Amino acid sequence: MNIVMHWHDWLALFGQYMLLSMLSISGAITTVPDMHRYLVAQHGWLTDAQFTSSVAIAQAAPGPNVLFVGLMGWNVGLNAGGGIGAGPSAWLLGLFGLAVTMVGIMLPSTTLTYFATRWGHRNRTRRGVRAFKQGMAPVVVGLLIATGWVLAAGNHVGNAPAWHLWLLTGVAALIVWRTRIHLLWLLGAGAALGAIGFV
Amino acid sequence: MQPSPPASGAAAPSTPSHPQSPRDLFVSFTFLALQGFGGVLAIVQREMVEKKKWLTPEQFLEDWAVAQVMPGPNVINLALMIGDRYFGLRGALAAVAGMLTVPLFVILALAVLYAHYAGNPQVAGALRGMGAVSGGLIAATGIKLIPQLRKHPLGFATCLAFVALVFGAIAWARIPLGWVLLVLGGVACGWTWKRIAP
Repeated sequence: MNIVMHWHDWLALFGQYMLLSMLSISGAITTVPDMHRYLVAQHGWLTDAQFTSSVAIAQAAPGPNVLFVGLMGWNVGLNAGGGIGAGPSAWLLGLFGLAVTMVGIMLPSTTLTYFATRWGHRNRTRRGVRAFKQGMAPVVVGLLIATGWVLAAGNHVGNAPAWHLWLLTGVAALIVWRTRIHLLWLLGAGAALGAIGFV
Repeated sequence: MQPSPPASGAAAPSTPSHPQSPRDLFVSFTFLALQGFGGVLAIVQREMVEKKKWLTPEQFLEDWAVAQVMPGPNVINLALMIGDRYFGLRGALAAVAGMLTVPLFVILALAVLYAHYAGNPQVAGALRGMGAVSGGLIAATGIKLIPQLRKHPLGFATCLAFVALVFGAIAWARIPLGWVLLVLGGVACGWTWKRIAP
Protein backbone atom coordinates (compact mmCIF):
# COMPACT_ATOMS: atom_id res chain seq x y z
CA MET A 1 0.00 0.00 0.00
CA ASN A 2 1.32 3.44 -0.95
CA ILE A 3 0.09 6.67 0.55
CA VAL A 4 1.21 10.28 0.65
CA MET A 5 1.61 11.93 4.06
CA HIS A 6 2.00 15.71 4.18
CA TRP A 7 3.28 17.43 7.28
CA HIS A 8 -0.25 18.49 8.19
CA ASP A 9 -1.34 14.82 7.95
CA TRP A 10 1.32 13.89 10.50
CA LEU A 11 0.18 16.77 12.69
CA ALA A 12 -3.43 15.59 12.45
CA LEU A 13 -2.34 12.04 13.34
CA PHE A 14 -0.44 13.37 16.34
CA GLY A 15 -3.43 15.44 17.47
CA GLN A 16 -5.78 12.50 17.09
CA TYR A 17 -3.59 10.31 19.31
CA MET A 18 -3.25 13.07 21.91
CA LEU A 19 -7.04 13.18 22.02
CA LEU A 20 -7.37 9.40 22.30
CA SER A 21 -4.80 9.45 25.08
CA MET A 22 -7.14 11.48 27.27
CA LEU A 23 -10.04 9.15 26.45
CA SER A 24 -8.18 5.92 27.13
CA ILE A 25 -9.56 5.28 30.58
CA SER A 26 -8.36 1.84 31.69
CA GLY A 27 -5.97 1.37 28.83
CA ALA A 28 -5.32 2.17 25.19
CA ILE A 29 -7.04 -1.03 24.09
CA THR A 30 -10.43 0.58 24.72
CA THR A 31 -9.75 3.14 21.98
CA VAL A 32 -9.00 0.55 19.29
CA PRO A 33 -12.41 0.92 17.60
CA ASP A 34 -11.89 4.65 17.23
CA MET A 35 -8.34 4.18 15.89
CA HIS A 36 -9.76 1.84 13.27
CA ARG A 37 -12.35 4.41 12.27
CA TYR A 38 -9.68 7.11 11.92
CA LEU A 39 -6.76 5.25 10.30
CA VAL A 40 -8.55 2.71 8.08
CA ALA A 41 -12.05 3.96 7.33
CA GLN A 42 -11.64 7.74 7.28
CA HIS A 43 -8.09 8.30 5.95
CA GLY A 44 -7.09 4.98 4.39
CA TRP A 45 -3.58 5.23 5.88
CA LEU A 46 -3.59 1.55 6.91
CA THR A 47 -5.17 -1.57 5.43
CA ASP A 48 -7.48 -3.66 7.57
CA ALA A 49 -4.87 -6.44 7.69
CA GLN A 50 -2.14 -4.04 8.82
CA PHE A 51 -4.41 -2.72 11.52
CA THR A 52 -5.43 -6.07 13.01
CA SER A 53 -1.94 -7.56 12.78
CA SER A 54 -0.57 -4.55 14.67
CA VAL A 55 -2.86 -5.37 17.58
CA ALA A 56 -2.25 -9.13 17.39
CA ILE A 57 1.54 -8.87 17.32
CA ALA A 58 1.57 -6.54 20.32
CA GLN A 59 -0.64 -8.97 22.25
CA ALA A 60 1.76 -11.82 21.57
CA ALA A 61 4.98 -9.84 22.06
CA PRO A 62 6.60 -9.05 25.40
CA GLY A 63 5.93 -5.62 26.82
CA PRO A 64 2.94 -3.42 27.54
CA ASN A 65 0.00 -3.84 25.15
CA VAL A 66 0.10 -0.13 24.31
CA LEU A 67 2.99 -0.86 21.94
CA PHE A 68 0.40 -1.78 19.30
CA VAL A 69 -0.02 1.97 18.90
CA GLY A 70 3.63 2.27 17.89
CA LEU A 71 3.23 -0.50 15.34
CA MET A 72 0.35 1.38 13.72
CA GLY A 73 2.53 4.49 13.38
CA TRP A 74 5.35 2.33 12.02
CA ASN A 75 3.03 0.91 9.36
CA VAL A 76 1.69 4.35 8.40
CA GLY A 77 5.29 5.52 7.95
CA LEU A 78 6.19 2.45 5.88
CA ASN A 79 3.17 3.01 3.66
CA ALA A 80 4.18 6.65 3.19
CA GLY A 81 7.72 5.58 2.31
CA GLY A 82 6.69 2.99 -0.29
CA GLY A 83 6.67 -0.18 1.87
CA ILE A 84 9.27 -2.10 3.85
CA GLY A 85 11.05 -3.15 0.66
CA ALA A 86 11.76 0.46 -0.30
CA GLY A 87 14.84 0.62 1.91
CA PRO A 88 16.20 2.85 4.68
CA SER A 89 14.16 5.94 3.78
CA ALA A 90 10.94 3.97 4.34
CA TRP A 91 12.32 2.54 7.60
CA LEU A 92 13.16 6.04 8.82
CA LEU A 93 9.65 7.20 8.01
CA GLY A 94 8.35 4.14 9.85
CA LEU A 95 10.37 5.09 12.94
CA PHE A 96 9.09 8.64 12.64
CA GLY A 97 5.50 7.36 12.48
CA LEU A 98 6.16 5.19 15.51
CA ALA A 99 7.43 8.20 17.45
CA VAL A 100 4.42 10.33 16.42
CA THR A 101 1.82 7.82 17.60
CA MET A 102 3.65 6.69 20.74
CA VAL A 103 4.40 10.22 21.99
CA GLY A 104 0.84 11.23 21.09
CA ILE A 105 -0.76 8.41 23.05
CA MET A 106 1.60 8.68 26.04
CA LEU A 107 2.21 12.38 26.68
CA PRO A 108 -1.22 13.70 27.78
CA SER A 109 -2.22 10.71 29.91
CA THR A 110 1.10 10.32 31.71
CA THR A 111 1.29 14.05 32.43
CA LEU A 112 -2.18 14.00 33.91
CA THR A 113 -1.49 10.83 35.91
CA TYR A 114 1.76 12.30 37.23
CA PHE A 115 0.14 15.40 38.67
CA ALA A 116 -3.08 13.72 39.78
CA THR A 117 -1.31 10.96 41.73
CA ARG A 118 0.95 13.52 43.39
CA TRP A 119 -2.10 15.47 44.46
CA GLY A 120 -3.71 12.25 45.70
CA HIS A 121 -0.59 11.32 47.64
CA ARG A 122 -0.33 14.72 49.36
CA ASN A 123 -3.98 14.44 50.32
CA ARG A 124 -3.90 10.74 51.15
CA THR A 125 -5.25 11.22 54.67
CA ARG A 126 -8.40 12.93 53.37
CA ARG A 127 -11.50 10.84 53.82
CA GLY A 128 -12.47 11.20 50.16
CA VAL A 129 -9.10 10.00 48.88
CA ARG A 130 -9.06 7.04 51.28
CA ALA A 131 -12.64 6.12 50.39
CA PHE A 132 -11.75 6.20 46.70
CA LYS A 133 -8.67 4.02 47.04
CA GLN A 134 -10.23 1.49 49.37
CA GLY A 135 -13.61 1.51 47.68
CA MET A 136 -12.06 0.68 44.31
CA ALA A 137 -10.21 -2.36 45.67
CA PRO A 138 -12.98 -4.97 45.21
CA VAL A 139 -13.84 -3.44 41.82
CA VAL A 140 -10.23 -3.83 40.71
CA VAL A 141 -10.10 -7.46 41.81
CA GLY A 142 -13.26 -8.17 39.81
CA LEU A 143 -11.80 -6.36 36.80
CA LEU A 144 -8.61 -8.40 36.86
CA ILE A 145 -10.45 -11.70 36.90
CA ALA A 146 -12.77 -10.48 34.14
CA THR A 147 -9.82 -9.32 32.01
CA GLY A 148 -8.27 -12.78 32.26
CA TRP A 149 -11.60 -14.30 31.24
CA VAL A 150 -12.07 -11.98 28.25
CA LEU A 151 -8.50 -12.56 27.05
CA ALA A 152 -8.92 -16.32 27.25
CA ALA A 153 -12.31 -16.26 25.54
CA GLY A 154 -11.08 -14.04 22.71
CA ASN A 155 -8.52 -16.67 21.80
CA HIS A 156 -10.79 -19.40 20.59
CA VAL A 157 -10.40 -19.43 16.81
CA GLY A 158 -8.56 -22.73 16.26
CA ASN A 159 -9.85 -26.18 15.42
CA ALA A 160 -9.33 -27.70 18.88
CA PRO A 161 -12.38 -27.88 21.19
CA ALA A 162 -13.00 -24.80 23.31
CA TRP A 163 -12.68 -26.70 26.61
CA HIS A 164 -8.99 -27.35 25.86
CA LEU A 165 -8.43 -23.62 25.89
CA TRP A 166 -10.38 -23.10 29.11
CA LEU A 167 -8.53 -25.99 30.72
CA LEU A 168 -5.21 -24.42 29.79
CA THR A 169 -6.30 -21.02 31.11
CA GLY A 170 -7.65 -22.55 34.31
CA VAL A 171 -4.58 -24.66 34.98
CA ALA A 172 -2.33 -21.66 34.31
CA ALA A 173 -4.36 -19.57 36.78
CA LEU A 174 -4.20 -22.34 39.39
CA ILE A 175 -0.43 -22.75 39.03
CA VAL A 176 0.23 -19.02 39.32
CA TRP A 177 -2.07 -18.78 42.31
CA ARG A 178 -0.59 -21.70 44.26
CA THR A 179 3.09 -21.75 43.21
CA ARG A 180 5.95 -19.38 42.51
CA ILE A 181 7.06 -20.98 39.25
CA HIS A 182 8.54 -18.52 36.74
CA LEU A 183 5.82 -17.24 34.42
CA LEU A 184 7.94 -17.74 31.30
CA TRP A 185 7.78 -21.54 31.83
CA LEU A 186 4.00 -21.35 31.73
CA LEU A 187 3.99 -19.22 28.59
CA GLY A 188 6.46 -21.60 26.97
CA ALA A 189 4.24 -24.55 27.84
CA GLY A 190 1.25 -22.70 26.37
CA ALA A 191 3.19 -22.00 23.17
CA ALA A 192 4.23 -25.67 22.89
CA LEU A 193 0.66 -26.92 23.46
CA GLY A 194 -0.57 -24.47 20.84
CA ALA A 195 2.10 -25.47 18.32
CA ILE A 196 1.17 -29.18 18.55
CA GLY A 197 -2.50 -28.29 18.07
CA PHE A 198 -3.89 -28.90 21.59
CA VAL A 199 -5.55 -25.48 21.69
CA MET B 1 5.42 20.88 42.94
CA GLN B 2 9.23 20.53 42.92
CA PRO B 3 10.05 16.89 43.77
CA SER B 4 12.74 16.41 46.37
CA PRO B 5 14.34 12.98 46.03
CA PRO B 6 12.53 10.82 48.59
CA ALA B 7 9.73 12.48 46.65
CA SER B 8 6.24 11.86 47.85
CA GLY B 9 7.94 9.41 50.22
CA ALA B 10 5.83 8.22 53.16
CA ALA B 11 4.78 5.04 51.39
CA ALA B 12 8.40 3.98 51.05
CA PRO B 13 9.28 3.12 54.67
CA SER B 14 6.40 0.63 54.99
CA THR B 15 7.87 -1.62 52.30
CA PRO B 16 10.82 -3.80 53.25
CA SER B 17 12.95 -2.83 50.23
CA HIS B 18 13.17 -0.18 47.54
CA PRO B 19 14.92 0.60 44.24
CA GLN B 20 18.52 1.80 44.51
CA SER B 21 18.50 4.44 41.75
CA PRO B 22 16.63 5.57 38.63
CA ARG B 23 18.97 3.27 36.72
CA ASP B 24 17.79 0.37 38.89
CA LEU B 25 14.20 1.36 38.04
CA PHE B 26 14.98 1.46 34.32
CA VAL B 27 16.68 -1.93 34.30
CA SER B 28 14.08 -3.56 36.55
CA PHE B 29 11.17 -2.33 34.45
CA THR B 30 12.94 -3.33 31.23
CA PHE B 31 13.32 -6.91 32.46
CA LEU B 32 9.82 -6.87 33.82
CA ALA B 33 8.36 -5.70 30.49
CA LEU B 34 10.34 -8.28 28.52
CA GLN B 35 8.78 -11.09 30.56
CA GLY B 36 5.26 -9.84 29.94
CA PHE B 37 3.83 -11.70 26.99
CA GLY B 38 0.29 -10.58 26.29
CA GLY B 39 0.39 -7.90 28.97
CA VAL B 40 2.65 -7.00 31.85
CA LEU B 41 0.27 -6.81 34.79
CA ALA B 42 0.78 -10.37 36.06
CA ILE B 43 4.53 -9.81 35.97
CA VAL B 44 4.27 -6.49 37.79
CA GLN B 45 2.52 -8.20 40.69
CA ARG B 46 5.02 -11.09 40.75
CA GLU B 47 8.13 -8.89 40.50
CA MET B 48 7.18 -5.75 42.43
CA VAL B 49 5.18 -7.35 45.25
CA GLU B 50 6.45 -10.90 45.64
CA LYS B 51 10.10 -10.73 44.56
CA LYS B 52 11.46 -7.22 44.95
CA LYS B 53 8.90 -6.18 47.58
CA TRP B 54 8.88 -2.56 46.41
CA LEU B 55 5.13 -2.59 47.04
CA THR B 56 3.04 -4.31 49.68
CA PRO B 57 -0.06 -6.13 48.39
CA GLU B 58 -2.22 -3.33 49.84
CA GLN B 59 -0.21 -0.66 48.04
CA PHE B 60 -0.38 -2.66 44.83
CA LEU B 61 -4.14 -2.83 45.05
CA GLU B 62 -4.53 0.88 45.81
CA ASP B 63 -2.02 2.00 43.17
CA TRP B 64 -3.57 -0.30 40.62
CA ALA B 65 -6.99 1.20 41.28
CA VAL B 66 -5.62 4.67 40.64
CA ALA B 67 -3.65 3.55 37.56
CA GLN B 68 -6.84 1.98 36.27
CA VAL B 69 -9.10 5.01 36.48
CA MET B 70 -6.56 7.48 35.09
CA PRO B 71 -6.41 7.72 31.29
CA GLY B 72 -3.52 5.94 29.62
CA PRO B 73 -2.08 2.44 29.71
CA ASN B 74 -2.50 1.00 33.22
CA VAL B 75 0.89 -0.62 33.61
CA ILE B 76 2.60 2.54 32.35
CA ASN B 77 0.67 4.60 34.90
CA LEU B 78 1.66 2.11 37.60
CA ALA B 79 5.35 2.26 36.60
CA LEU B 80 5.14 6.06 36.62
CA MET B 81 3.67 6.06 40.14
CA ILE B 82 6.26 3.64 41.52
CA GLY B 83 9.12 5.58 39.92
CA ASP B 84 7.77 8.90 41.17
CA ARG B 85 7.34 7.57 44.72
CA TYR B 86 11.05 6.79 45.08
CA PHE B 87 12.89 9.27 42.84
CA GLY B 88 10.41 11.95 41.78
CA LEU B 89 10.21 12.95 38.15
CA ARG B 90 13.53 11.28 37.29
CA GLY B 91 12.27 8.02 38.71
CA ALA B 92 8.97 8.30 36.87
CA LEU B 93 10.73 8.90 33.55
CA ALA B 94 13.21 6.09 34.16
CA ALA B 95 10.47 3.60 34.97
CA VAL B 96 8.33 4.51 31.95
CA ALA B 97 11.34 4.55 29.62
CA GLY B 98 12.36 1.12 30.93
CA MET B 99 8.89 -0.19 30.26
CA LEU B 100 8.85 1.04 26.64
CA THR B 101 12.30 1.38 25.06
CA VAL B 102 13.63 -2.15 24.65
CA PRO B 103 10.18 -3.74 24.13
CA LEU B 104 9.60 -1.30 21.25
CA PHE B 105 12.64 -2.63 19.41
CA VAL B 106 11.61 -6.21 20.14
CA ILE B 107 8.15 -5.61 18.76
CA LEU B 108 9.53 -3.99 15.60
CA ALA B 109 11.70 -7.05 15.01
CA LEU B 110 8.67 -9.27 15.55
CA ALA B 111 6.58 -7.22 13.14
CA VAL B 112 9.21 -7.69 10.44
CA LEU B 113 9.46 -11.45 11.18
CA TYR B 114 5.69 -11.82 11.29
CA ALA B 115 5.42 -10.85 7.63
CA HIS B 116 7.31 -14.08 6.79
CA TYR B 117 5.68 -16.60 9.16
CA ALA B 118 2.09 -15.38 9.50
CA GLY B 119 0.69 -18.29 7.47
CA ASN B 120 2.38 -21.03 9.51
CA PRO B 121 -0.24 -22.94 11.59
CA GLN B 122 2.29 -23.86 14.31
CA VAL B 123 3.13 -20.20 14.82
CA ALA B 124 -0.55 -19.27 14.99
CA GLY B 125 -1.18 -22.15 17.44
CA ALA B 126 1.72 -21.11 19.66
CA LEU B 127 0.38 -17.55 19.82
CA ARG B 128 -3.03 -18.92 20.75
CA GLY B 129 -1.61 -21.11 23.52
CA MET B 130 0.34 -18.19 24.94
CA GLY B 131 -2.80 -16.07 24.83
CA ALA B 132 -4.75 -18.66 26.84
CA VAL B 133 -1.98 -18.84 29.44
CA SER B 134 -1.72 -15.05 29.72
CA GLY B 135 -5.46 -14.91 30.44
CA GLY B 136 -4.89 -17.35 33.30
CA LEU B 137 -1.99 -15.28 34.61
CA ILE B 138 -4.07 -12.12 34.85
CA ALA B 139 -7.02 -13.90 36.46
CA ALA B 140 -4.67 -15.40 39.06
CA THR B 141 -3.32 -11.92 39.83
CA GLY B 142 -6.84 -10.93 40.82
CA ILE B 143 -7.50 -14.13 42.79
CA LYS B 144 -4.32 -13.63 44.81
CA LEU B 145 -5.52 -10.20 45.93
CA ILE B 146 -8.81 -11.53 47.35
CA PRO B 147 -7.36 -12.19 50.86
CA GLN B 148 -6.48 -8.47 51.07
CA LEU B 149 -10.20 -7.70 51.04
CA ARG B 150 -10.66 -9.34 54.47
CA LYS B 151 -9.47 -6.10 56.14
CA HIS B 152 -11.76 -3.95 54.00
CA PRO B 153 -14.13 -1.48 55.74
CA LEU B 154 -17.08 -2.88 53.78
CA GLY B 155 -16.54 -6.39 55.11
CA PHE B 156 -15.37 -9.44 53.24
CA ALA B 157 -18.78 -10.66 52.03
CA THR B 158 -19.77 -7.30 50.54
CA CYS B 159 -16.41 -7.07 48.81
CA LEU B 160 -16.88 -10.52 47.25
CA ALA B 161 -20.29 -9.42 46.01
CA PHE B 162 -18.67 -6.42 44.30
CA VAL B 163 -16.02 -8.67 42.77
CA ALA B 164 -18.76 -10.93 41.37
CA LEU B 165 -20.82 -7.99 40.08
CA VAL B 166 -17.87 -6.42 38.29
CA PHE B 167 -16.86 -9.77 36.82
CA GLY B 168 -20.40 -10.40 35.56
CA ALA B 169 -20.77 -6.90 34.12
CA ILE B 170 -17.48 -7.03 32.21
CA ALA B 171 -17.02 -10.69 31.27
CA TRP B 172 -20.62 -11.73 30.61
CA ALA B 173 -22.75 -8.63 30.03
CA ARG B 174 -19.86 -6.86 28.22
CA ILE B 175 -20.91 -3.51 29.62
CA PRO B 176 -18.47 -0.72 28.65
CA LEU B 177 -15.84 -0.31 31.32
CA GLY B 178 -16.52 3.39 31.81
CA TRP B 179 -20.04 2.63 33.01
CA VAL B 180 -18.92 -0.19 35.26
CA LEU B 181 -16.32 2.03 36.91
CA LEU B 182 -18.75 4.91 37.24
CA VAL B 183 -21.67 2.93 38.68
CA LEU B 184 -20.16 0.01 40.64
CA GLY B 185 -16.98 1.93 41.48
CA GLY B 186 -19.08 4.93 42.51
CA VAL B 187 -21.31 2.86 44.80
CA ALA B 188 -18.31 1.06 46.32
CA CYS B 189 -16.45 4.31 47.00
CA GLY B 190 -19.52 6.08 48.35
CA TRP B 191 -20.34 3.20 50.67
CA THR B 192 -16.73 3.04 51.87
CA TRP B 193 -16.81 6.79 52.46
CA LYS B 194 -19.75 6.33 54.82
CA ARG B 195 -18.12 3.40 56.62
CA ILE B 196 -14.81 5.13 57.35
CA ALA B 197 -16.54 8.09 58.99
CA PRO B 198 -14.35 9.35 61.82
